[in-house]
Amino acid sequence: MGMTFSEKVLARAAGCASARAGEIVVVRPAHLLTHDNTSAIIGKIGSDLAAWGVVDPDLPVIVLDHVVPAANDKTAAGHKRIREFVKRYGLSHFFDVGEGICHQIVVERGLARPGTVVVGSDSHTCSYGAVGCFSTGIDRTEAAALLLTGHTWFKVPETLRITLTGAFQPEVGPKDLVLRIIGDIGADGADYKTVEYVGPAVASLTVEDRFTVANMGVEMGAKAAIFPVDAVTVAYLASVGVAPGSYEVFASDPDAVVWKELTYDLGEIEPVLAMPHTVDNVVPVREKLGLPVHQALLGTCTNGRVSDLAVAARILEGRHVHPDCRLLVLPASRTVLREAMDRGILQVLVAAGGVVLPPGCGPCLGAHQGVLAPGERCISTANRNFKGRMGCPEAEIVLASPATVAASALEARVADPREVGS
Amino acid sequence: MRVWRYGDDINTDRLFPGKYTYTCSTADEVKPHLLEDLDPAFASGVRPGDVLLVGRNFGCGSSREQPVLGLASVGVAAVVGRSFARIFYRAAINQGLLLVECPAAVDAWTEGDPVEVDVASSEVRVGNRSFPFPSLPPEILAIRESGGLLQYARAALAADRPRG
Repeated sequence: MGMTFSEKVLARAAGCASARAGEIVVVRPAHLLTHDNTSAIIGKIGSDLAAWGVVDPDLPVIVLDHVVPAANDKTAAGHKRIREFVKRYGLSHFFDVGEGICHQIVVERGLARPGTVVVGSDSHTCSYGAVGCFSTGIDRTEAAALLLTGHTWFKVPETLRITLTGAFQPEVGPKDLVLRIIGDIGADGADYKTVEYVGPAVASLTVEDRFTVANMGVEMGAKAAIFPVDAVTVAYLASVGVAPGSYEVFASDPDAVVWKELTYDLGEIEPVLAMPHTVDNVVPVREKLGLPVHQALLGTCTNGRVSDLAVAARILEGRHVHPDCRLLVLPASRTVLREAMDRGILQVLVAAGGVVLPPGCGPCLGAHQGVLAPGERCISTANRNFKGRMGCPEAEIVLASPATVAASALEARVADPREVGS
Repeated sequence: MRVWRYGDDINTDRLFPGKYTYTCSTADEVKPHLLEDLDPAFASGVRPGDVLLVGRNFGCGSSREQPVLGLASVGVAAVVGRSFARIFYRAAINQGLLLVECPAAVDAWTEGDPVEVDVASSEVRVGNRSFPFPSLPPEILAIRESGGLLQYARAALAADRPRG
């Protein structure tokens, strides 16, 4: 009987010949991602660190992104403590305020390699499946233990295989696809599973497209969301300094046992929204045309890459957002920001009325920079629309693609990107 | 002992709002905001020994251990649910908070029934009825028996590399 991708990769990380879904394995992850929460994490193990130190200075990847630049003295003190910790233990991978969102950094700096296991104290750690890395979220306490021991346990997940066929229609993209899937299977439709995306349409998806889909894996409950390593991946990795041959490529065997199979024809996907207050509350954009929006958020770890900003810029070029709608632009990293500047994308977004925020998580978790007022509604390219998520429980968040968000910003109401033209 | 009943897909933003995540980390800082956007009466009303009875996919969303830390520190005896989101489930193991997947017990409960979890016999008692739940794998029980993941890790480290 063949093995799945997850079985192979977890067996390798555990140093075993094989592993089976349902078994518990102890693995040594290649990296441990933590962000602003590093401060709270090291606070749990102060005396342990003094006694035992950090198990391996190459293990942690620390990115300051959640509340950057610091919003108040408390968050500033947290950042300061993290910088001191990094220096004291000589840690190799630290990215200070302004470098970008942790998940973008891990992929963009070549820290997520195919066939490895990466864990992070953030639920969207599942994003690195975009480049064939088994990655998943853990909590702060587990991150603290990992800093000391370098290992943790996993129950080997079963696999949900999703086959993608066809090609997207104009103004429809990966965000619409993944929202459609979540709407169909529900917020717990892939609980504890690895979601593997396969099929003839995968080759047409860029690593940026795959990132958006993998990022939303946790919104269907998945432990990991994986794309195969193909020519697109190899070329992308080479562009970020990860040479072909420096990593092992794993794929599910043809006779591997999968838990469930689904198929999506990209050509049948249409622009959709996730309505408040759950990500699986998915409806076609055409059913909500005209719904007022007061803020539009373009960016985040889900849709804050150059291709996302470019889609919005194409729609907004030579136009201006509606006076009743604020457009916030949140690039996923400094690299994205620079490329968007070099390509003139940022100029278009600013001319259209966009407010450019520093690379980071910004208003996505409601800590600062674009908090909503009671009664307001934000249309957002982020991954969560939970009640209170953007800082106000009496506000609403509607999730959509960059194209739909840009089109809606022009009208201060939900608009279909296929109808506004460009 | 009081039973607090909540529904399906309760995410961690409702259990502990994201706006507090970088300013509240300790149990004392967390407690006043526990379940703030779900049930404003909870933080002041919860007592040691209380039980939460919840629906499907409880604790979905952000990795946020503050609600787990908070529930454990106010003395919640157990959270009995139809199912739990995975990061929340791991966080509970790591903090020593008892989570029990037992859909039958959730279905059986009616207002006023006391709920009790007997770990030794792996059953949930609802009023005068009992519902079995699968016992945890030994690897996980070992973490709980140590009092949580950090205690477990410390014991392993001390055995391996005694403090200098």
